[in-house]
Amino acid sequence: MAATILLIIISAVFSQNFILVKFLGICPFLGVSKKTNSALSMGAAVTLVMVLATLVTWPLYTYVMVPLGIEYLEIIFFIFVIAALVQMLEKIIAKISPALYKTMGIYLPLITTNCAILGVAELLLVNDVSDIVSGVMQGISMNLGFALLYALFAGVGFTLAMVLMGGVREKLEKLPVAKCMKGFPVTMVAASFMAMAFYVFSLL
Amino acid sequence: MNRYVKTAYDGLITNNATFKLVLGTCATLAMSTSAVNSFGMGLSVTVVLLLSNVVISLLRKVIPNTVRIPAFIVIIATMVTLLRMVLEKYIPSLYDAMGVFLPLIVVNCVILGRAEAFASKQPVLDSAIDGLFTGLGLTFALTLIGVIREFLGSGSFFGIKVMDFSIGFFTNSAGAFFVYGICIALFVLATGQIEKRARAKRARALRRPPEGPLDPPEDGSAEKEVQ
Repeated sequence: MAATILLIIISAVFSQNFILVKFLGICPFLGVSKKTNSALSMGAAVTLVMVLATLVTWPLYTYVMVPLGIEYLEIIFFIFVIAALVQMLEKIIAKISPALYKTMGIYLPLITTNCAILGVAELLLVNDVSDIVSGVMQGISMNLGFALLYALFAGVGFTLAMVLMGGVREKLEKLPVAKCMKGFPVTMVAASFMAMAFYVFSLL
Repeated sequence: MNRYVKTAYDGLITNNATFKLVLGTCATLAMSTSAVNSFGMGLSVTVVLLLSNVVISLLRKVIPNTVRIPAFIVIIATMVTLLRMVLEKYIPSLYDAMGVFLPLIVVNCVILGRAEAFASKQPVLDSAIDGLFTGLGLTFALTLIGVIREFLGSGSFFGIKVMDFSIGFFTNSAGAFFVYGICIALFVLATGQIEKRARAKRARALRRPPEGPLDPPEDGSAEKEVQ
């Protein structure tokens, strides 16, 4: 049990990092990672929505859609749940804490079309934990607890990659770069080196 | 230039979704491990883009402005669901290779972007052409990255072994970022050069007419004075 939890955490944060290994959520990774602060806010917002979305989509799929035999509608259902959730969250945060809304709120609408959220909801639709986390013994069936744990730490991994990239880009801004490599190309090459570092975790 | 040709050219080159706008990057990076996969992904996106652009353009006067984004997303999600069923039945190998990225076509920014920026304002035929050529531009870019990565990573071309070497770097995620970055840089460099040349040509063409007719009389008068 403890080993499974540890493996899920390490896998979600490092060896199966959502951005650098699985390529989910690259748009915010390239778009919002210019400053460490904004990268951190975006990461926190994504993590929050990821966990909440999983909290709704996983039971919805397992306890409602499968018994009714309407699994084929999962894409439409999930995207609707995520869009509604993001909208609701935006209103709630604006009401409760205007200061938090100022730092995080502007990123919330962007999150609806973030592949990482729909990606985690889709990835978690497996019967066995070993299908998404390598190294775990076979036969441990997926449940809501593991799903939420995976979603939370996938968000943490996402935030980690965003913040690291923010730091790299703050430095890159000040360096002389060839004109055609400015902007996206040089960011991609930097991301390539980061991906190499994260690749090592999957070899362990 | 004909308006349809211009729309097509914009979609293919000027606003190339992958290289110029850098949209839909997740699918590009994840599916470009082999040329066949990236070609399949590109075509899938093209089909969804074309269908959703046509439907949204047809419904553009019916959908209220305030709820347009959810409406677009539902239309796109429906198209993706249909595509998924078709692929599962007829091309299971591609269905398996695409995995989680098939449902993720819904949140591909290119599709929602074209719906919002083009199809919701333009007539059906324009939207269809825009969707088709934006999709083809994306397919071209994806296939190019796929071919490069497959060749360097395993020495083959569309699954056929050409040379006996393999560089593991290009088949894993680090290589994906690297090849994509370099491809963007080269595309920007190439289109920049072409534009610069075209602008220089236009500038020369603009300058010549006033010079042309003016020169001979001057020459003539100069000759006369000499005489």
